[in-house]
Formats: sequence, structure tokens, C-alpha cells
Amino acid sequence: MQRHEMVSVGAGPAGLSAAIAAAKNGVQVAVYDENDRPGGQLFKQIHKFFGSHEHRAMERGFDIGKSLLEEARSLGVQVILDSVVMGIYENRTMNVMVKDHVEEVKGESILVATGASENMIPFPGWTLPGVIGAGAAQTMANIHGVKPGKRLLMVGSGNVGVVVSYQMRQAGCEVVAIIDAAPEVGGYGVHAAKVARTGVPFYLGHTIKAAHGKKWVEGATIHQVDASWNPVQGTEKTFDVDTICVAVGLNPMTQLLKMAACKMVSVPALGGSIPAHDKNQATSVPGIYVAGDVSGIEEASSAIVEGRLAGIAISNRLGFLNDGDFHQQRETLLKSMAGLRSGPFGQKRDEGKQILFESMKG
Amino acid sequence: MRITEHPILGSFEKGKKITFTLDGDTMEGCDNEPIAAALRAQGVLIHRITTRREEPRGLFCAIGRCTDCVMTVDGVPNVRTCVTPLREGMDIRTQKGKGQITAEE
Repeated sequence: MQRHEMVSVGAGPAGLSAAIAAAKNGVQVAVYDENDRPGGQLFKQIHKFFGSHEHRAMERGFDIGKSLLEEARSLGVQVILDSVVMGIYENRTMNVMVKDHVEEVKGESILVATGASENMIPFPGWTLPGVIGAGAAQTMANIHGVKPGKRLLMVGSGNVGVVVSYQMRQAGCEVVAIIDAAPEVGGYGVHAAKVARTGVPFYLGHTIKAAHGKKWVEGATIHQVDASWNPVQGTEKTFDVDTICVAVGLNPMTQLLKMAACKMVSVPALGGSIPAHDKNQATSVPGIYVAGDVSGIEEASSAIVEGRLAGIAISNRLGFLNDGDFHQQRETLLKSMAGLRSGPFGQKRDEGKQILFESMKG
Repeated sequence: MRITEHPILGSFEKGKKITFTLDGDTMEGCDNEPIAAALRAQGVLIHRITTRREEPRGLFCAIGRCTDCVMTVDGVPNVRTCVTPLREGMDIRTQKGKGQITAEE
């Protein structure tokens, strides 16, 4: 069995930030990731981030990814790729499939930073080739340099929907419309305005009725919905598209945490069933921590702060960081986090997080 | 379908041009890019045909999670083409149903 002082499951913004914070205090860290490259979804984020300078605003996601990787490597953090953590068992032992064989690994502390996966909505024709996740469109265009299609319809106007629509325009694709069943744009105004300026129309209060085509997508029909989400007869509009991107939210990938018997709480504002955790990112199971989207859907910037919180909390737990320094650093990070969880968007997430913190008491 | 000049990313660092076959037909792609990216660049959308309803399926999540894009690659069925790197001379086949597993000798 291999033993590590700290194991992070996931090498995205949360996992890497936690690894860096812990390694700075002298903790030996191994980071496992199922992908063949680290960074999680950061390398697909070619837009500039928001917020203040300390949250790396104005930097693009892939640059943040690069600098996190360099810092982790310079601190001696081991990043092990192509490795799937298959299970977390008693006493923080884990089975990890590394390429084609299984290894037993034990972590004195484990951080689960597995991120999230995309939600989907079924509709007639949704299994046709050409109906893809918005994340898939982003991966194809921004990582592999291949247009996912020529003419796209975006379903969902949240941040993913508007940001990916703009990125598709940058990739040279046509976006015929962004639709959302809600009466208002879900994403940040700045992102929505940017894509609207390129001439992409928004159809709010509309949902997708069907994708057309026999072998692949050849068109899409949308229709209006009323206040109780029922389709309004006679409001259909049909678009000539070869690709339909679905951007209807994310859900945390909590399988490992459920398996480890972490207490789960339903918090719709954070994306569904979320592991209860305290302000140190500790779950109900001693030694198991969470950070990033798996502990509630937020953004890369909050994932980084949560990762740092977990990293210093683990350092403190393992005796690498004294209580005084820990509490001081913790206060700074919590203050920084409060900044990210303010405003109309942040407030809802903050309320969700309070539910999780509360559920750890008693 | 390839992006030649990107306003933010410039040009993409791709592997060298290589050839592979799809259902016996010779095609071109870049070394080490996901099989699915090479297929999409060539306009191929159908990766497999489902077992019971015989419906087409293609790329869906592009990060190895949903397994909708699996194909038979060099005789091995159910290969996730969105996370499997393309190599020179690969024999890629549109998968029918669950594919055929050949026993090792």
C-alpha cells in the first residue's frame, strides 16, 4: 500500500490550490486525476475572470491553470494522471486504477475535489449526433481546435451558456440563438451583453421542443413557455442548425463522498445533493475534506479559495501548521471568500453554504 | 472544421498529420488528438449504432464521462473516442450495438 500525508482526488483549481497550500507547510501531497492532463476545466476557460485582483481577475483561466501547475510542481507536489480513484473505504484507504492496474493508496487526509458534471434535459431527438453538452463544445473548440458545428443553438443562458456562446463565435461558429425557459438571462450581464453585441438573439421564456434529423441534427424547434412552464401553442420557431448545445447547469460529482459515508444535504441553490462541510472544508467523516464544485457549484475563483482553506486546515490537522498561524490565515481566506459570495449571484450561494455549515453542527 | 486562427489562442499546437481508417476508408487526422476530434474535423458524426433501436450516437460530453462516443478501435470495442489519442494506422470502426469482444489466445 502506498501512503501519502495528503491525497487530492482531482487536479483542477480546487485540488491544485489545496495541494499548493499544504505543500507550502511541508505536507507531502499526491494529486490523482483521471484525465491525461491536469487543470480540470481551467484550460478551457479562455475568457477573463471577474472579481478583485486577489481573485486573479482579468486573468484568463488557462493562464491561472499554468501558474497553479508550475507552483505545485516547484513545491514537489506529485501529480499522477490517467488515474481513476474508484473508491474510498474505511480509514481513508482508496483503490486507484492507474492506467490498467489497481493500486491501494492511503491518505492521512483526503481532499475530494472531483468537480461537477453537466446536467441534461431530454427532448425529442436529444440523442441525435449533434446534440452535445456546452462543455463538449468548449473542449472541442478551445482545447482541440475543432469547431463542434457550423450553426449552433444554445439551450441555457446561465454563465456557461453565454460564455460558451461567445467562445463559439470566437471559434468561427454561428450561434443562431440562446434560449432559456426562465424569463431572465441567468448569467452575468457582462458576458450576456458581450455575446448579444455579436448579434446573437436571446429567446427568454422559451424551451426546446425537438431536435430534427434522421442521422444527425438538421434543425431545432423551440417554443414559448408560460408562467407554469407549460408550452404555449402556436409559438414554435424552427432554426436551421447542425448542433444543439445544452447548458442547463452542473451537478456535483459526489459518488466518492457518498461511498465514504459523508453526510449529504440537499441544497438546490448549490446544484443538488452536497456533502455537509464546515468552514475548514472538513466533511462529517474525519480526515476527508472537500473543495470546489463538488462541495457546491460555484466558480473557479471560489474553488481556489476553498482549496486553500482545505490545504491549511489539513496542514493544521496533520501538525504542520500551528493553531495561531492557521487561524490567522483562515480569517484572511474567509474574508476573501465573503467578497466572492456577495452580490445578487453570490448571495444565493452564500445562503446555500450556510445550510451546509449548519448541518455540521450537532 | 478545424480552427486555423483563433483570436485568443492563436494557432493550435497539433501533432503531425497522420492517416487512419474509418470502416476501411483512409482518413487524415493529427497525431495524439482525441479520435473524436479527428472524426469531427472530417465531418464524421456517427460513432455507433445502438443495440435495440439501431439509432445513431455520437460525441456528447467530450470528456470521457458519458460513453456515448464509443467505437471499436483496433479490434477493441467500447473505446471512448473523446479521450483516446489518435495514432498512425489506427483501424477505427463504427460500433454496432455492444461490439464484439474477441478472446485473447
